[in-house]
Amino acid sequence: MKIVALVKQTFDSEAKVVLGGGKISRQGISLIMNPYDEYAVEEALKLKEKHGGEVTVVTVGPDEATEAVRQALAMGADQSILVNPGTEDIDEYTTATILAKAVSGLEYDLIIGGFRAIDDGSAQVAGRVAEILNLPVVNMVTKLEVDGGKAVATSDIEGGSAVMEVPLPVVITAQKGLNEPRYPSMKGIMQAKKKPLKKIGLGDLGLDASQVAAKVKVLNYSLPPARAAGKIIPGEPAEAAAALAKALREEAKII
Amino acid sequence: MAKGILVFAEQRDGKIKKVTYELLSAGKKIASQLGEEVSAVLVGKGVSSLAGILGEYGADKVYVIENDALENYTIDAYTNVVADLVKQNEPTAFLLGCSITGRDLAAQVAQRLGTGLLTDCINVAVENGQIVFTRPIYAGKAVITATIPEARPVMATIRPNVLPVDEPQAGKSAEVINVPANVGSIRITVKDVIRQVSARPELTEADVIVSGGRGMKGPENYKLLEDLADVLGAAVGASRAAVDAGWVPLSMQVGQTGKTVSPNLYIAAGISGAIQHLAGMSSSKVIVAVNKDTEANIFKSSDYGVVGDLFEVLPVLTQEIKKLKA
Repeated sequence: MKIVALVKQTFDSEAKVVLGGGKISRQGISLIMNPYDEYAVEEALKLKEKHGGEVTVVTVGPDEATEAVRQALAMGADQSILVNPGTEDIDEYTTATILAKAVSGLEYDLIIGGFRAIDDGSAQVAGRVAEILNLPVVNMVTKLEVDGGKAVATSDIEGGSAVMEVPLPVVITAQKGLNEPRYPSMKGIMQAKKKPLKKIGLGDLGLDASQVAAKVKVLNYSLPPARAAGKIIPGEPAEAAAALAKALREEAKII
Repeated sequence: MAKGILVFAEQRDGKIKKVTYELLSAGKKIASQLGEEVSAVLVGKGVSSLAGILGEYGADKVYVIENDALENYTIDAYTNVVADLVKQNEPTAFLLGCSITGRDLAAQVAQRLGTGLLTDCINVAVENGQIVFTRPIYAGKAVITATIPEARPVMATIRPNVLPVDEPQAGKSAEVINVPANVGSIRITVKDVIRQVSARPELTEADVIVSGGRGMKGPENYKLLEDLADVLGAAVGASRAAVDAGWVPLSMQVGQTGKTVSPNLYIAAGISGAIQHLAGMSSSKVIVAVNKDTEANIFKSSDYGVVGDLFEVLPVLTQEIKKLKA
């Protein structure tokens, strides 16, 4: 079974975000593989262990995103492609167009990625890739079985979950709960250094900048106003609880 | 020629979701500034009777797309019929709610139309003739304003429960346009649906949420939150710590890796206030924290704090609110 895992490098979830030059500063930020993409890579590896085959990791990002790709290789992926778009001025349309082009040159039965990234949280790149490749997509998957040319996926839906059956090839996006990603072993980290890591640019995919130009234009970055600390209601627990109920009623007028 | 603001009227089981009214109010505001009209697209089976209420909430036109195959949401069928409608009508903007369904559908439609999409927006305005959206990024640690200068339609999903709803105008009706459904091929078969049976409102739409964290000490103690939720008509949420401990299901998690909520009142009990949790609830209007640790981070983001043992505070709070509401 040939599986493509789509990954993205993001800021560490603990990172403090500051502005520099009117944009989000990348200085001093530790970078990680998007946690939802870790679920995707883990699931790809589990499927490979069960059915045989190979896992190819594809990312779009600057050269430093190599680290995220290496992590996936160290976890057990077989090969990887990093496409550097050569600009920071990208949006989901840009990324999806590039990913779809890179993936279309590969063989695949299943394409899997995180359902969203923890940085821009837009949850649309994998879906867009499916649309470009004319593949079905099942989002927010918490359980996945693949066998006999089809996938059976349990997916979060409005007010519950649904079990969906879909023929391969398909795009799946991983939701928290799908699995517990493994840590790369020391052996895995050593082996990863020898695994193929292809770094390419738009031209190598036959794309030019105008074909992937962002549709979205960011006008301004800002930090949210800090929420002012409110008041601590004094007193013993019972007394404070009564005062709180009263404040919510009479002052905040919310209950 | 692109014209008008189109809103996706999300319904489930024959009931319009509240975010739809939020979209119509926002749509009406920007449409009037642009000198355009606001329409809604309503998709389903036997849903045409809902067109009237969309008119009362501000829709000038309602496009109704009905078909047996559209009874339940499927990404394939809904993308096909909605993208077709948008192509035919060429609206300036197409807005959806950032629910699971809205987010799912929006990405497919945006790509099929070759346009941009801003997800999970918390504000929308018109500046210099452009529709400008505000959205949090990095789990709310930063905020951007952005626009889609050229591609049409401008597409965005709007976070539920954030934008205000204008008073409906009784008797105001919308022009109803029935649109033939070209459902196309549905590649995904739904084998089973597991509904969470709950009398409580959904977290993302609730006006009041009571949420418990590590300080709850175990699943059996969520009864205290349930009791409080009962008197408030609230939804019950949880922090990641409580979910990771296996006390409550992931569907209850509020935060960066859970749900993003914006209720009028959020009561956090035994939640320390990690940045991941704050990301999911800091747009709540009033935040109350109950925690026995004076130094807990949650107090820095709360409007009201009670330093004390939640096992003593919550039962009294429940009783006091019950008395006030009586």
